[in-house]
Amino acid sequence: MDAFTVLDARAAPLMRQNVNTDIIIPIHRLRDVPQAELGAYAFEPWRYLPDGSENPEFFLHQPAYRGAQIVVAGDNFACGSSREGAVWAMMGMGVRCVIAPSFGPIFFNNCFQNGVLPIQLPRAEVEAIANELEAATRPGSNHEPRLSVDLQKREVVTPSGRRITFHVDGIRRDALLQGLNEVALTLTREAEIAAHQAKARASTPWLYPAA
Amino acid sequence: MPGQTLFDKIWARHVIADLGDDYALLHISRHLMHDGGGRGLQMIRDAGYSVRNPDLTFATFDHVISTEPGRTHETLKPHAARLYHMRDEAKRWGIKLFDLGEPGQGIVHVMGPEQGISLPGTLLVCGDSHTCTHGGVGAIAFGVGATEVIHVLATQSLVQRKPKRMRATFEGTRNPGVTPKDMILFLIGQIGTAGGTGFAVEYAGSAVRALEIEGRLTMCNLSIELGAKIGMVAPDEKTFAFLKGRPYAPTSALWDQAVADWRSLPSDSDAVFDVEVKVDMSRIVPQVTWGTSPEHVIAVTDTIPDPADAGDPDKQKSMQAALDYMGLVAGARLDQTRIDWAFIGSCTNGRLSDLRAAAEVAKGRKVASHVRAWVVPGSENVKRQAEAEGLDRIFLDAGFEWREPGCSMCLAVNGDTIAPGQRSVSTSNRNFVGRQGPGGRTHLASPAMTAAAAIAGRIADVRSI
Repeated sequence: MDAFTVLDARAAPLMRQNVNTDIIIPIHRLRDVPQAELGAYAFEPWRYLPDGSENPEFFLHQPAYRGAQIVVAGDNFACGSSREGAVWAMMGMGVRCVIAPSFGPIFFNNCFQNGVLPIQLPRAEVEAIANELEAATRPGSNHEPRLSVDLQKREVVTPSGRRITFHVDGIRRDALLQGLNEVALTLTREAEIAAHQAKARASTPWLYPAA
Repeated sequence: MPGQTLFDKIWARHVIADLGDDYALLHISRHLMHDGGGRGLQMIRDAGYSVRNPDLTFATFDHVISTEPGRTHETLKPHAARLYHMRDEAKRWGIKLFDLGEPGQGIVHVMGPEQGISLPGTLLVCGDSHTCTHGGVGAIAFGVGATEVIHVLATQSLVQRKPKRMRATFEGTRNPGVTPKDMILFLIGQIGTAGGTGFAVEYAGSAVRALEIEGRLTMCNLSIELGAKIGMVAPDEKTFAFLKGRPYAPTSALWDQAVADWRSLPSDSDAVFDVEVKVDMSRIVPQVTWGTSPEHVIAVTDTIPDPADAGDPDKQKSMQAALDYMGLVAGARLDQTRIDWAFIGSCTNGRLSDLRAAAEVAKGRKVASHVRAWVVPGSENVKRQAEAEGLDRIFLDAGFEWREPGCSMCLAVNGDTIAPGQRSVSTSNRNFVGRQGPGGRTHLASPAMTAAAAIAGRIADVRSI
């Protein structure tokens, strides 16, 4: 897994509520397309017109937001299906960080497994960031629609230079900062797992018919 | 010290190590796999790991399989290679696979409780968000992503943050036509699809106690549509009666020992929940969704809400987008809306009691001539039991198609789809954009309501049939 430390990048607002993982990656693409190629189908139902051409209205097709690596989203982002392909598809488009008031719980965990940082901030704060990004795209603006995310400092810097502190659980932060592989880490705890399982086999033997 | 919740008790039993910040390394006592996630077994080999506890993992085919009657090698194409690969891998690792045509095969969330694999007090995971279903027998059960599946296969454990606890208490008796599906849809309508985010939800109260286990599984199934990974119901005498004699349930002395333990699991009377929600059963009548999120739900007799009445501009936008997609207008009555499809099945409502409820409505009636109506049993056993009771004849005589068990048109990954612009009433769990096929429009409802819609040819109130 790639480490996540500092990301200074273009950011795009997608202030819709309840964007689900079926939208982020349709199931038939997940079924048929190799993981590394899913980016081409991220947000497919919104991203293309019926004739297959790009939908210019799609948020990441607007010139100011094209190539954004940070998405600023509405409540309950990526709810629904557990498909990790939603994270892979967004990564395939270059996204490494999502800021939202709340997330689908399985997507939230899946992000951390792939070096993507989900940042939860109060809704008013998320809306203020989205407003700043939009303002930065208007003619005459002195700013660019960019955010700087520093995981070490747990801080987002907005186009106007406002600094917003965020919380991220320590264990998740350490893993991202160092690009740690959770499976490899857990395998080093095999003795504890074995001891726990031996205890569980003794105290709840009916769960272990094969033992 | 305050009492403990059902959730707390089961969680504590599975903590291998406290990792700080409310995180724990948890032991996984049951792991289920399906053909949609079958690549996990290949991935684990590629990564150089091995399956730590094949005895605690159970697999079946459900997502990509054909549900065509009399399915064959031919009808399983174009996904047959995936199935055969998973079959080979499961055999190689020593994982029990419930294969096509075998009792036990079926939708993974129907199979688990039916086989007695999902037991009270277990911590059960599966690479599918509707794993919350199994909480209906008094387990902690939740869906995980592909990488977490690898973690479970390799270590029989998982790193998780402990969620907060919510209790949703349903008091009173069910109004006519109201099913467990209506109860949970009503709750989602009340608190929204993010209302349960960050919580493990326990469903309680006299109306939940009164439900049979299959109904509790239906309620827990939609927890993820509430934003909660975990939904559960305390085990009781009904749970024990449901599980007794199931193929993987404990027997003889171990059964007695298990039941004695399970009686200690329900939340203590002084247990404290972070959030309490009360639902008055007298307020619930049959529900139908009108939009593209399960929270877009109303009573069948209500008119479609007006986005202008939603205070929040983001909410207005999403409601309007939903109306546009669904081809509906605010203020119209939902129960006059013409439909093209009716789908009865899925991990939400594909069990025997669901098929019985739908058959009761279908008996002696005919599906409207412009409607195509499918019944897809949740498992091979459900299919066999339904046929033994003659439910298949009732459906076939009424003009429904009677198919082979699988996920089918709930998520349409096997090619069972509705055409763009078509409208379906469905007993499944998600009315998302394109869920039953690109451009398809889905209305969620109970099995009886879906059967009623199939017959009326439009969304209909089952109470008036």
